[in-house]
Amino acid sequence: MKFLPLIWSNLRRKRVRTLFTLLSILVAFLMFGYLIAVSNAFNIGVQIAGVDRLVLTNKVSIILPLPISDLERIEQVPGVTDVAHADWFGGIYQDPKNFFAQIAADPERYLRLYPEFLLPEDQKKAWMADRTGAICGKYLADRFHWKIGDRIPIMAAWQKKDGTTSWEFNLDGIYTGATPTTDTTQFIFHYKYFDESRVNGHGEVGWYIIRIAHPDQAPQIADRIDAMFANSDYETKTSTEKAFMQGFAKQVGDIGAIITAILSVVFFIILLVAGNTMMQSVRERVTELAVLKTVGFSNGLILTLVLVESLMLAAMGGLLGLGLAWLLIRRGDPTGGALPIFVMPTGSLALGMVAILLLGLATGSLPALQAMRLRVVQSLRRA
Amino acid sequence: MSPATISQSQESTAAAETAGALVRVRDVHKVYTRGSERIDVLQGVNLDVPRGDFVALMGPSGSGKTTLLNLLAGLDRPSGGTVQIGHDRIDKMGEGELARWRSHHVGFVFQLYNLLPTLTAERNVELPLLLTSLSVNERKKHVSAVLTVVGLSDRSKHYPRQLSGGQEQRVAIARAIVADPTLLLCDEPTGDLDRKSEEEILDLLQALNREHGKTIIMVTHNAHAAARARRIVYLNKGQLQSEAIQ
Amino acid sequence: MQRIINWITQVYAVGVLNLRTLPRRFGSSAATIVGVAGVVTVFVAVLSIGEGFRATLQQTGSPSTALVIRTGSDTEMLSGITLMDSRVIQDAPGIARGGSGPVTSRELLVLVDVPKISTGTEANVPLRGVTPEAFAIRTNLHIIAGRNFEPGRNEIMVGAGAAREFAGLQVGSTKTWGKTNWTVVGIFTDGGSVSESEIWSDLTILQGAYNRGTLVSSVHARLSSPDEFDTFKGALVSNPRLNVKVLRETDYFSEQSIFLTKLVQNLGYLIAAMMGIGAVFGAINTMYSAVAARTREIATLRALGFGGGPVVISVIVESILLALAGGLIGGAIAYTAFNNFHTSTMNWQSFSQVAFAFRVTPMLLIQGFLYSVVIGLVGGLFPAVRAARTSVAAALREL
Repeated sequence: MKFLPLIWSNLRRKRVRTLFTLLSILVAFLMFGYLIAVSNAFNIGVQIAGVDRLVLTNKVSIILPLPISDLERIEQVPGVTDVAHADWFGGIYQDPKNFFAQIAADPERYLRLYPEFLLPEDQKKAWMADRTGAICGKYLADRFHWKIGDRIPIMAAWQKKDGTTSWEFNLDGIYTGATPTTDTTQFIFHYKYFDESRVNGHGEVGWYIIRIAHPDQAPQIADRIDAMFANSDYETKTSTEKAFMQGFAKQVGDIGAIITAILSVVFFIILLVAGNTMMQSVRERVTELAVLKTVGFSNGLILTLVLVESLMLAAMGGLLGLGLAWLLIRRGDPTGGALPIFVMPTGSLALGMVAILLLGLATGSLPALQAMRLRVVQSLRRA
Repeated sequence: MSPATISQSQESTAAAETAGALVRVRDVHKVYTRGSERIDVLQGVNLDVPRGDFVALMGPSGSGKTTLLNLLAGLDRPSGGTVQIGHDRIDKMGEGELARWRSHHVGFVFQLYNLLPTLTAERNVELPLLLTSLSVNERKKHVSAVLTVVGLSDRSKHYPRQLSGGQEQRVAIARAIVADPTLLLCDEPTGDLDRKSEEEILDLLQALNREHGKTIIMVTHNAHAAARARRIVYLNKGQLQSEAIQ
Repeated sequence: MQRIINWITQVYAVGVLNLRTLPRRFGSSAATIVGVAGVVTVFVAVLSIGEGFRATLQQTGSPSTALVIRTGSDTEMLSGITLMDSRVIQDAPGIARGGSGPVTSRELLVLVDVPKISTGTEANVPLRGVTPEAFAIRTNLHIIAGRNFEPGRNEIMVGAGAAREFAGLQVGSTKTWGKTNWTVVGIFTDGGSVSESEIWSDLTILQGAYNRGTLVSSVHARLSSPDEFDTFKGALVSNPRLNVKVLRETDYFSEQSIFLTKLVQNLGYLIAAMMGIGAVFGAINTMYSAVAARTREIATLRALGFGGGPVVISVIVESILLALAGGLIGGAIAYTAFNNFHTSTMNWQSFSQVAFAFRVTPMLLIQGFLYSVVIGLVGGLFPAVRAARTSVAAALREL
């Protein structure tokens, strides 16, 4: 574009003012990128949920157990290819603040249902052979500086047969995630050890995880399973993993709405700031714009030049802001544990571009129209 | 004026008629309304300017000379009458058409130079060429050519604030001629200059007219500047009063 | 003394000058005010979430009530205490005595699914089985609609917060959980505490419905005085047959809110910091253009002998005033729009919903105002110094 030097020269006119406007735009887009990541992190459970997995819980209340004997019957249901079970241990590691998921499960089954948890073969073998062994995800290991071979003590509400409530595990393995959004915050140990040692609740599990052959059959299979256990002492509620996670996300509240509201305020303010700068800039240039018209620049061309200038300003600030957001997001969870999976969602960059475009157009249109409409003769007479 | 001069002026007008004048202004009126006040700035002006002429437009302040210049440049529309430049009836053109027409046919020089302070001399001169389809190199060639003509090739990368008034005006003139326009219109080009710079600018204008055949119409209230033109036209109270040939 | 008066006169003169030229710079001044208002509004609004949550959880609990749960549990929900152990607890020293013996309450907590009105999806709401003793412990409890449940019947009484946030909990409606049907007979308040997010029923009926036998989640005890806590606790933890954790109610509930409060505070301050930086840039821009608009006047004043100091001060003062105006507007908006805004969310530590209201406290507002002053100060500093430093000749030349 041969007009670029002309447009660029206008931005360099009042360098300080351009710089600070640019910086405000940068901060706005930094917030945009970062807060979208925060909003996404609250709902991440929903996104990483397996498409071909169902979750089965007690229908009456989520805190009530299911019998392990249900396993066989569930396996027989047509369309079901694999089943695992799990229990929420809910213990305390050192301090109640150190909250993380502790799961008692059948190791083979659990790992089969969650193939995205990658565990080296040797660690897997060690874990299988170790009754009081456990594995944890990399995020958790990093958080508490655990190494393989460490002994992890956890205090739980579950009383052991020996009367104590302190349980100890050997860390036999650390699993990594197949994708950046895989949950690596879980601590998993043997159900057998759990069930054999605990005083109450023999033969009970917290929930089942089921893999089905065809995801679109989910509703039918769910209904079939629930029908199977209807009117028994342990009625079930089966849903897709996604719906299950969504239920939790929704319980937190509409984080998305709050974040959207904040970002709207931010963008409104930025619009004012940048818009004001552009208006001032055009107002100062009235004579020059008149001269350009004298030279033969058409009204449409003048309009375009001002809009492009505004878009350039928005683009420079916006791209830098988004880039900075990306860097900041890489530093991970800002809340110290609540949002373990903290990444920049793939769509947000595209969304950011659209926002840049809209900002540039919105801040530039009024000044551009003013520039386009000015009358040469009157403007020159002003000088 | 002596009878000789009057008849000579009649001759030149006649010559213009037959040769086909470049500029033909017929019975042009211009009215401004300021609130409830109505001002008749131009009241029936007739003017012919043949190709290659150098006309000085003189008159007291408020006589409408700048208004007439603006009409010739297509920056304003007459309230009545016709303005024809070459084959174009510019009084009948729309805004977009006029802009396009201006880029090809008019070079304007202002009293206050009106260079863009954020651009170098050569970028300022380049501006009219951005409206053409010339390539980067072709534009560069034209720009350096005209900068040579006005004698400022060594200052091409300077910013207006680094140039003297006279130098700025020369850049402005270069800008005005770079696209090889039909008409060069100057509004008090030496009004803001010291004596020495004034002479330089007038020398340049004369050279452009005599050696390069540029048609120039110059508004001035300075008789000394007007003396450099081929012809002086007097405007008073919106009407052309008389002509004098040099 | 004369010098000081002189100085003040100068500042005043420059100040008046500034005010007179304000209309010209209306656009940018408005931008600063709106910018700062936005920052303060968001700052106060987000942090008022944490304040509201904390207030609700702190209203709950009195320092003279102790809570006994199983060792190793974080929360009542995951705790289990046998009837036998409850008897031991009830005999511990330090408990206040009422008409029918020690003032203690055995309570069972379960979770039930109720649709949340705002999202339409199901949420975990606490259902607490209690005995009449529970009402002796919670002295702030008032029934505002209907009546209390009758022991031995499938009746429930709903907390005002729960009734507001979740569907189908009006007096007279029926709820079915599992194989049991319950009828809502009343709605209660409890001084804004977390109990208002709960549904209450008869303990024995609940134990039966959920196959709990004689198990309870917790034992609440009213101490004869807050100082008796250590005696009470000492007796229980030193007993080898018990495996319990003893807390003051107030401590228990503030622990329960730690996670969410910290989360909100961290995010709130982070967001406010980023917005604040943006606002500073906006303010700097405004002040630069403000100074530029007055270059001639300032240069003239200085040529006349006004010192650079008064110029700096006047610019900073103006910047602070603009920012403070924004801060006041922002605080007012935050207060009117958000104070007492009722909502509910999931408390991860107890796995259940807590109904609360946003709380815009005086402390938050003051923080907001201070923040706006800081923004004004930083925003005005550079332009002010630049205005004072520009040599008079250069300034006059700029024209």
